[in-house]
Amino acid sequence: MNAPLTAADGEPLKKKLAREQRLKQFKAIALVAPLGLFLLLTFLVPITSLLFRSVDNPEVVTALPHTSQLIRSWDQRGLPSDAVYSALAEDLARAKTDGTLADASKRLNMEISGYRSLLMRTARKMPLHVAPGESVRDHFIQIDERWGDPDHWHAIARNAKSWSPYYLYRSLDLRENKSGVPELTPVNERAYLSIFGRTMWMSLWVTVFCMLLGYPVAYWLANLPKRQSNLLMILVLLPFWTSVLVRVAAWIVLLQSEGLINSGLMALGIIDHPLQLAFNRTGVYIAMVHILLPFVILPSYSVMKSIPPSYVKAAISLGDHPFAAFWKIYFPQTLPGVAAGALLVFIMCLGYYITPALLGSPEDQMVSYYVAFYTNVTINWGMAAALGSLLLIATLALYAVYSKLVGTDRLSLG
Amino acid sequence: MLPNYASPVEKLWYWTFRLVCVLVLVFLMSPLLAIIPLSFSADSFLVYPIKSFSWRWYGEFFGNGEWMHSLKNSFIVAPAATLLATVLGTLAAVGLTSSNFPGKSLLMTVLISPMVVPVVIVGVGAYLFFSPLGLTNNYLGLILVHAALGVPFVVITVSATLSGFNTSLIKASASLGANPLLTFRKVVLPLIAPGVVSGALFAFTTSFDEVVVTLFLAGPEQVTLPRQMFSGIKENISPAIAAAAAVLILFSTTLLLTLEWLRGRSERIRTAKA
Repeated sequence: MNAPLTAADGEPLKKKLAREQRLKQFKAIALVAPLGLFLLLTFLVPITSLLFRSVDNPEVVTALPHTSQLIRSWDQRGLPSDAVYSALAEDLARAKTDGTLADASKRLNMEISGYRSLLMRTARKMPLHVAPGESVRDHFIQIDERWGDPDHWHAIARNAKSWSPYYLYRSLDLRENKSGVPELTPVNERAYLSIFGRTMWMSLWVTVFCMLLGYPVAYWLANLPKRQSNLLMILVLLPFWTSVLVRVAAWIVLLQSEGLINSGLMALGIIDHPLQLAFNRTGVYIAMVHILLPFVILPSYSVMKSIPPSYVKAAISLGDHPFAAFWKIYFPQTLPGVAAGALLVFIMCLGYYITPALLGSPEDQMVSYYVAFYTNVTINWGMAAALGSLLLIATLALYAVYSKLVGTDRLSLG
Repeated sequence: MLPNYASPVEKLWYWTFRLVCVLVLVFLMSPLLAIIPLSFSADSFLVYPIKSFSWRWYGEFFGNGEWMHSLKNSFIVAPAATLLATVLGTLAAVGLTSSNFPGKSLLMTVLISPMVVPVVIVGVGAYLFFSPLGLTNNYLGLILVHAALGVPFVVITVSATLSGFNTSLIKASASLGANPLLTFRKVVLPLIAPGVVSGALFAFTTSFDEVVVTLFLAGPEQVTLPRQMFSGIKENISPAIAAAAAVLILFSTTLLLTLEWLRGRSERIRTAKA
């Protein structure tokens, strides 16, 4: 047993096997590589660059390079030295001709409103003609007295570096105070925490409704004879395969004030004036539950199919009440699979955009809406990237939990 | 199902349960059933009752340049994205199931992630990254991102089919002198074809139904059918949308029946083997 086994050519078998396995691994990786490269370029890099953009802060450094460099050595007390004022004069004279001033003034206007007009007004007075012995600072304060206000200089100092947590802080309703410590913004300026809260809250309710409606249907279908359940399954799969926009359009038709539901209820005399069902939270919930319900029913159905009915029968024959047997024997067996389905639905809800945008009021919009809004409407890419990054982090954290629970290699579709 | 010795409470529970289930199924089907008849209404508003029957809105849909242009675009983008996703996804699934290598489960998680990352983030990320490269407002950019969104479905379905695949067939083919390419073409591909096709169908509907990425990446030339419906619903909802919806429902029914037929076929193959 001491001599190693060898192949016909005298080479140790172990070595040959290891080489063969390495070759196989290499082939496997070579097959996955094209897709990996493709996703890297079309998906992973764009998303990573979005993450970077949430801390990207180039405007002030680009427009005011000298000022930015000098202000870093300012002790943040009182007003900066005359050298900083002259650097600003020099930068402004250049920035107004090369077109970088507009972005910088827009950026500084986010810090202190009115900054845009201050910079524009000052830039018009550039270049500054300062006689020897005169103070540049006095000239600036003469143009506008706000140049004598340290807060306006703190704003430049905060943005004198090419990255900043500003947008991420804003997305969490935080803002840096003078000493650079984040603190909550005043109550009337807060917006985003409640948007995140609303997104979570709506996703939670949609998930709960989907579970309450989906679980019984999955149970029913799983316990019917195969021929019947296959037929009824079509009723679940057909809406699943139908375009989301078709379904949203159909729900608007059904739910609007002259729609089928309202006119039906009025004809039956249950109500005497139309209920507001569309373009509010109710409409969004109805359509979202409709869209996501198959995502609960299908995985729950396949979990329930794999549970042998003999366990519950045994419990009943041993004297358990059918309800108790269901609750103690059947339900716990379905729980892991069904909980994973619920988590997936919750994750998908978090990113919803189209349904609330078409069927909701402004108070029903979720985070995705604001990401799109800042990208397309106000062209504030920093804010869009920051809100998007926080949404992405939340989604990926939950997805990590999901793949730990389920294992992505066990994922199946219907 | 219900034994005749069941108590009244049990009977009540049984019928309530069935009623709830039927109501949920009605809920699932009702929007589809409600919008189709309206597409045949002669009325200019999408309201019931339907006073007279007409093909007017189908004429509007098929005769309108904008709708037809968007339909054409959808039939350019979706097949191209499907082809790309299917080829890359199938190769990757074959690689993933053929051997174990370090970081395999992490890689799988990454390949599946386009399914869970919010589409808005994919759209904005692609928009900001692609616009300096000149890939916005053209077909290529749209096709690339749609393919990325369809990839997970192909990887999942093909891997699932391959997990039931009998690998001794590959060895048999190799021992009979076929090279790996020939083996793949003549042995593996015909057997996993149902999985590949159903993955392709998923990828196709993903692209065919996609509107968010299109909102960011497409210019006026690349407006797809869902994008056209999106602005139609937002601006004024005319019965031409009902006609478009009815056409799409017919289309998705066809896709679903194809998929079910394929599933039945692959099940027969699997049971025949066992």
